[in-house]
Amino acid sequence: MSAVTKTVRIPDDSLSLAVGADALAAAFVAAGCTVERTSSWGMHWLEPLVEVDGVGYGPATPADVAAILDGSSALNIGAIAEHPFIKPQQRLTFARAGRTRPLSLEDYAATGGWAGLHRARAMSGADVIAEVTQSGLRGRGGAGFPAGIKWQTVANAPGTRKYVVCNADEGDSGTFADRMLMEGDPFQLVEGLAIAAHAVGAQTAYIYTRSEYPHAIAKMRAAIIAARDIIAPLHMEVREGAGAYVCGEETSLLNSIEGKRGVVRAKPPLPALEGLFGCPTVVNNVLTIAAIPHILSEGGAAEYAALGVDRSLGTKPIQLAGNIKHGGLYETAFGITLHDLVYAIGGGTASGRPVKGVQVGGPLGAYLAPDQFDIPFDYEAYARADALIGHGGVTVFDDTADMGKMARFAMAFCAAESCGKCTPCRIGSTRAVEVIDRIRHGGAQAADPLSTMPQMHNARKSARSVDEEIALLEDLCETMKFGSLCALGGFAPYPVLSALKHWPEDFTNGDVQ
Amino acid sequence: MNDTTRAQTVEAIIATHARTEGPLLPILHDVQHALGCVDAATEAQIALALNLSRAEVHGVVSFYHDFTEEPDPRPCVQLCRAEACQARGVEALVAAAEAAAGKRVRLATVYCLGLCSVGPAARAIGPGGDHLHARLTADTLAQVIENA
Ligand SMILES: Cc1cc2nc3c(=O)[nH]c(=O)nc-3n(C[C@H](O)[C@H](O)[C@H](O)COP(=O)(O)O)c2cc1C
Ligand code: SF4
Ligand code: FES
Repeated sequence: MSAVTKTVRIPDDSLSLAVGADALAAAFVAAGCTVERTSSWGMHWLEPLVEVDGVGYGPATPADVAAILDGSSALNIGAIAEHPFIKPQQRLTFARAGRTRPLSLEDYAATGGWAGLHRARAMSGADVIAEVTQSGLRGRGGAGFPAGIKWQTVANAPGTRKYVVCNADEGDSGTFADRMLMEGDPFQLVEGLAIAAHAVGAQTAYIYTRSEYPHAIAKMRAAIIAARDIIAPLHMEVREGAGAYVCGEETSLLNSIEGKRGVVRAKPPLPALEGLFGCPTVVNNVLTIAAIPHILSEGGAAEYAALGVDRSLGTKPIQLAGNIKHGGLYETAFGITLHDLVYAIGGGTASGRPVKGVQVGGPLGAYLAPDQFDIPFDYEAYARADALIGHGGVTVFDDTADMGKMARFAMAFCAAESCGKCTPCRIGSTRAVEVIDRIRHGGAQAADPLSTMPQMHNARKSARSVDEEIALLEDLCETMKFGSLCALGGFAPYPVLSALKHWPEDFTNGDVQ
Repeated sequence: MNDTTRAQTVEAIIATHARTEGPLLPILHDVQHALGCVDAATEAQIALALNLSRAEVHGVVSFYHDFTEEPDPRPCVQLCRAEACQARGVEALVAAAEAAAGKRVRLATVYCLGLCSVGPAARAIGPGGDHLHARLTADTLAQVIENA
């Protein structure tokens, strides 16, 4: 061991903790080092990643400490900032990832923190909104609605009591960027919310976070307390969800904050006009809000708008998840192809087997097959392919995946998480699971006893063949798409229909369980 | 805890949220944490304090997965079985995990813990604290359940 005390940097986000970062940090302390706990760089296959003088070592265990300190460790990945996974990224929202201590006000201020807020406060709300509009920023939570227009609606709405609500419910499988932002750079979210509140004239800001994220909740609460004087007189508070996926839907989320069942509200009225407690309310995703401080810094809006393609401007933090060799966070301008993401950046599957398909956009997103991998990351291009970008999660599956089973799971998930307000979703999802089961068992063996009852005048009286069951499933999916009140029921058909289209063999001769 | 101390605990929790906007969920979280459940008597007590009907409070308690009407003092291991963890093989671990859990540990399913690049993932909540685990194999998951 070297004679001088070395400073080593180890992340303290929940992913690093889950793979042993605390024990590793303790081992470095025991070896006489000073340990700084930072955010994660987002190279998850290398976590826990140790940084010593800019050089990275990972994934490290306490047994590697001595070799890391004397420089002989085989885990050496070279200079982290130059790593091929990090270097090509365009990190605006995640500019501090890996570089700062999450709850250090000193680190935050030294890396440009609060510049956007100070500048915004010297401007009128209308001018702030004009810059957000000029940046082209669209909602990062799913629907891609232009942030500037939403803010404008709230600012123009009558009334003096207004709210800003940050949607930090991040329930989609395959996504973790909101979590990384809250655990790694919480002040940026605080700053973004303070700018939003200033722009629209809100007195209170809520951050609604899922209860599955205790570390994010703790970091955000600590950050709000530490920044209290900076954001005053704005009141900011974290509200904890209670294990309901549908509470990520904005109106259900507002009901939940109000202390009601998380049932979706019909629109209109728009939350921007009648939102939380009936008052005009901005609801934006964590990444939408976190993009704001950069946009409001000097020249930020123009820089943002210069990135991306078409109407998808700026950068998108993409999350590489599932069976992928190099999983983690990849922030880049819109327009990148799935091929580059999955193969060039992601290194293919973790299992080493061929890629079967990917699901983009969480549980409600379509499955895409490798012959579609030239599709650029762009809201409209995905919409044209009957797919969605959603929150930017890319979940990779290898050739052992049973896509019929994944389709069934999509509907079972919808049934489990449905808020129950509308029939196509509440009942359709359960019926869809049954139809998929029948298809996978080779069609119904007998006519449905309920359908054969004399009261059921229009119902079918004989058993259906597999083809007829498939037609029934497609018909049911159409009903859910067009008849559901929100995107849970409205988009659950996308993974099902895409799986059916690309891998029909997984429905008809799948290994049925 | 007897009925009187339970009621006092709930009363104290309600008091700490006297100035909270939309206090019901924060109260229910605190009650669930302190008492391990939100039972009928507590629902009635909260309803009275917030000027709601008991049905309204019950409706909220029953809507959210985090609130339970009966306590379960066992340690709990929440195993993520959402898409990304399925892609990384969680389903192959389930049978052994159930066997390891037996009746001593409550093995629950969650949909995503935000560790989707390093699954299979689980969260263990028990006397030993609240800890996350990732890159689970049949052996390490059995260990997590054992230690819960
Ligand atoms: C079932 C369902 C779940 C959703 N979950 C989330 C979520 O976890 N986070 C999020 O930001 N938006 C989620 N949304 C989208 C929100 O309704 C809303 O569009 C978003 O919060 C608006 O913010 P943005 O414009 O910044 O994207 C969900 C929508 C639906 C239908
Ligand atoms: S689609 Fe489903 S979740 Fe959405 S409002 Fe209807 S029942 Fe509720
Ligand atoms: S899917 Fe399992 S942690 Fe996200």
